[in-house]
Amino acid sequence: MEEVKLFGFWPSPFSLRVIWALKLKGVDYEYIEEDLPHNKSNLLLQYNPVHKKIPVLVHGGKPIAESLVILEYIDEVWPQNPLLPKDPYERSIARFWAKFIDEKSRPMWEFFQKFGEEQEEAIKNNFEILRTIEENGLGDKKFFGGDKIGLADLVFGMAIHLLAPMEEVAGVKLIKADTFPRLHAWKKNFSEQPTIKDNFPDHNKVVEFLKIRRETSRISAHPNQ
Amino acid sequence: MEKSDLKVKVLGTWSSPFVMRARIALNMKSVNYEFLQERLWEGKSERLLKSNPVHKKVPVLIHGDKLICESLIIVEYIDEVWPSAPSILHSDPNERAIARFWAAYLDDKWFPSMRSIGFARGEDEKKAAIAEFEKGLVLLEKAFGNCRKGKPFFGGDQIGYLDIAFGCFLGWLRVTETTSGIKLLSEAKTPALINWAHRFCSDAAVKDVMPDTEKLAEFAKMIASKRRGEAPPKS
Repeated sequence: MEEVKLFGFWPSPFSLRVIWALKLKGVDYEYIEEDLPHNKSNLLLQYNPVHKKIPVLVHGGKPIAESLVILEYIDEVWPQNPLLPKDPYERSIARFWAKFIDEKSRPMWEFFQKFGEEQEEAIKNNFEILRTIEENGLGDKKFFGGDKIGLADLVFGMAIHLLAPMEEVAGVKLIKADTFPRLHAWKKNFSEQPTIKDNFPDHNKVVEFLKIRRETSRISAHPNQ
Repeated sequence: MEKSDLKVKVLGTWSSPFVMRARIALNMKSVNYEFLQERLWEGKSERLLKSNPVHKKVPVLIHGDKLICESLIIVEYIDEVWPSAPSILHSDPNERAIARFWAAYLDDKWFPSMRSIGFARGEDEKKAAIAEFEKGLVLLEKAFGNCRKGKPFFGGDQIGYLDIAFGCFLGWLRVTETTSGIKLLSEAKTPALINWAHRFCSDAAVKDVMPDTEKLAEFAKMIASKRRGEAPPKS
């Protein structure tokens, strides 16, 4: 079996989703923690010269970058516990939502870096995005992948891993049982999955990390305070 | 009825590179389809809003009663539903990953940098935009060298996923060359891509859907004047 390495960053949802995929499939790998943002290793720069970002998966010496590309690669090389269904139409739906959630992730975190009116605007945006995800994406399913977690679930996992702690630190509640009942239920179901539960960064550590980030944002937003 | 016998339609425009991806893929598989043209400059139709409620964009592939959105997702769908030769995606997972990586780069970074040239105000901004864009082209020239393994296309002997993902932008690239007055694909920096571009545009699956550069340039002028609020030219 060829060697598998993953270059990641512990608070990053982009590397966490790759960890989840590898763990779900029982793939052994070496994890290399990158010291971001200022101390990227030479190996990382060599393996991802175009973007210089994590995550990067290296399999048998061959690097693959971009988390969604990595997830599809993992699903193809290790087909057990598939992330994508077999039917082409179902696959296109899964890919659509994985892409949608991935593209909306950074915009959804904007509320955390903003204050006052700008934050209100960002929160309003989030509600619209979450509405679309809940009604068009998840619908009545338990998971985006149906009865089992799939590609889009791993991508939306950031709702628990990062969005929820952001809500806590910023004092904002986005996904509530009465406003987004299905997403709220999804969060509980997803976090109870053994692979997810066992591979989750320490909540307090994430909160501390985010507190520093929010303070940095506040200082740059209000430099004279 | 066989899935592959159901009626196929493409909702799109003749000018969109993203729509072209879907059409090239269908052509490669010799799949007959109805091309439903949207007149996006007049607003989004009910039909479009119903077919792609999330993004309200073209292309949409309509296969029987199924709606598939997002051009690269459509291309993969086509390759999976009509698996007979020629294959659009490579069979090797690593090759597929490389192709998907570059396709994502094209959509996320490279094409937006091409559009920045058109939106640039003043000579300095334009120069900076062009420099950024050319950096990308040099990366793609290098990627081509690595992917092709001595063959004519990114996909090897025949056009494949990355050829489609990249080649669809050639019409707009040529329009940008015309309006900026600068050769973006050049013998000096991108000699292999120049030859690749000729081959791609001549391919049987491509030549009837690649828009004529002059027609595209006229269309671009029309859109630009609409954006500025001017009355459309009488044509």
